[in-house]
Amino acid sequence: MTIPNGVSLEARGLTRIYGRGSEEVRALDGVSLEIRKGEFVSFMGPSGSGKTTLVNLLGCLENPTSGDLHLAGRPIFGNGNVLGERDLTRIRREVFGYIFQNFYLIPTLTVRENVALPLAFYAKPGADMEVDRILERLGMKHRMDHLPGQISGGEMQRVAIARALVNRPEILLADEPTGNLDTKRTGEIGEILQDLNRSTGLTILMVTHNPELGRLGGRHIEMRDGQAYEL
Amino acid sequence: MISKFQIALKNLLRKKARTLLTLVGIILSSWVLVSLLGFNRGYEKALNRDIDNMGYQVMVMAKGCPYEAATMMLQGGAGLRYIEENVAKSIETMPEVDKVTPILMQAFFDPNKGDGGGIAGYFGVDLDTFPGMKPFLRFHKGGWFRNATADEAVMGYEAAELEQREVGDLILVPEKNVQLQVVGILQRTGTQDDGTIFVPLKTLQRISNLDKITTIGIKVKKDADMTRLENALYQLPDMQVVSFSQVKQTIMKLIATARVMVLSIAVIALLIAMVGVVNTVLMSVLERKHEIGILKTMGAMPGDIFRLVWTETLLLCACGGLAGIGLALVFARLSDLLVRRVLPYAPGGELVAIDFRLAFLTLLIIVAVGLLSGVYPAWKAGRVRPLDSIRGEG
Repeated sequence: MTIPNGVSLEARGLTRIYGRGSEEVRALDGVSLEIRKGEFVSFMGPSGSGKTTLVNLLGCLENPTSGDLHLAGRPIFGNGNVLGERDLTRIRREVFGYIFQNFYLIPTLTVRENVALPLAFYAKPGADMEVDRILERLGMKHRMDHLPGQISGGEMQRVAIARALVNRPEILLADEPTGNLDTKRTGEIGEILQDLNRSTGLTILMVTHNPELGRLGGRHIEMRDGQAYEL
Repeated sequence: MISKFQIALKNLLRKKARTLLTLVGIILSSWVLVSLLGFNRGYEKALNRDIDNMGYQVMVMAKGCPYEAATMMLQGGAGLRYIEENVAKSIETMPEVDKVTPILMQAFFDPNKGDGGGIAGYFGVDLDTFPGMKPFLRFHKGGWFRNATADEAVMGYEAAELEQREVGDLILVPEKNVQLQVVGILQRTGTQDDGTIFVPLKTLQRISNLDKITTIGIKVKKDADMTRLENALYQLPDMQVVSFSQVKQTIMKLIATARVMVLSIAVIALLIAMVGVVNTVLMSVLERKHEIGILKTMGAMPGDIFRLVWTETLLLCACGGLAGIGLALVFARLSDLLVRRVLPYAPGGELVAIDFRLAFLTLLIIVAVGLLSGVYPAWKAGRVRPLDSIRGEG
């Protein structure tokens, strides 16, 4: 699925409620926003403000309780439509790449094998040619035969970014990508993401607590009590 | 690029000790299973061969316990009572009978045998009819007796080896102080004949001061009516008829009881191994829940994850099964010895017979049981939602 220029993601009244009855938690409360192709959006805010929940919904990782979501004009959620795991997986593998605070590299696979891992399940045409190119671009080619246990935290996150990019996603979701890294490595990862956004036009949605990292994005959204505020 | 198979293999290697312990369980189960299935076939085959090598299908002897008599005869022991020699002649006239051979079995106490002495068994056989009954007997050295009354003996291969005898040597019949010259040593047959000392019937009768026999071996004509023959033989006064097909059936029935018990143990071993596989794979799935979630964000479908976990189970079971079968083949002789120790009667030859077909069948059973064990962990892994991995980040 190729997303044309213009609005990539359009959310209207996205709401996500966890629990039931008196235990009900309204994690996201009627958020509406548009993400345009090529944007680098930072979602910031205190813990429990709903930023991760919003990015999870935008990234088709779960269904909203109510509200609509359109991907490149195509309705994904809405009108009570709940997608099953298979449908969500199909969308995710064609459109999104994900990186997380904990890198989740497979410890018994080498750096190169970890990057190539998604291709064992789904590969866009020519994606297998991307592995070495991405590793080179992220400065990890010299480490490609190392195991994750033999590289630093910053390098592990680079590998995780390479893994997220191997299938040429349209949108990269980064949830606290530097949460486990020191200041120097945080800066390096920030630069990589910014460079990817500028040079390839990759849309990036990044959740972070780190204000410096957040400032790298061209657009900043502050989350408070389940609602989104443009800064 | 990396395949699902490589991913599964590397996952198993992650916790080597746990994988190894599970493998040991599968190896032991498949070892026990293939050995038991091999015993199932081998024992019957060996018993059939022993009975075929008797050379006759029916034995007639004086009334007593026929199965005990038959077992004693198979083991080289003496019969229970004596019968007149002319009975053989009357049996020979029956239309179903091809050949008959009179046999006298005698046992003498030999004080020099073993630590506290032992029984030395002798088979008195008729030179005119016995060799014709067993044309498959081949001589390692020498040949049959020169005449029907000679003081000579033919020794089975193991009997000669045990007593360190060669052709030309003299052997002393204990209690009777009669010397017999060894004129022939048979080739190994894998049957009870290997441990037997054959003497001319007349000679053994003379030594024992008897003019009777203990047994008549009957070779039945091809396509003869066995039931009719048995009925005719039962008409003979005070005679007991032992058909080897009956003996075989009875022994197999006795063995079947033991077999059911041992097979039950094998099934329990298999179930334990199955639980081990479920435990190992399920633990591995739970430990890798986050990773599985991440695989799903990468585009792995529930079916992909199911197959990945199932491949791990398949690898475990196939490797364990192959190793177990390999060990069973290597230690088949040891299993054979153990089985012989516990069974009241074991025919000669290979008791635990494992061939390619049986090995393949066992491997199929192990893999099928393993795959069945893998269904639940694989199903559980397939249901992991990617969000679980993210929420689990803390």
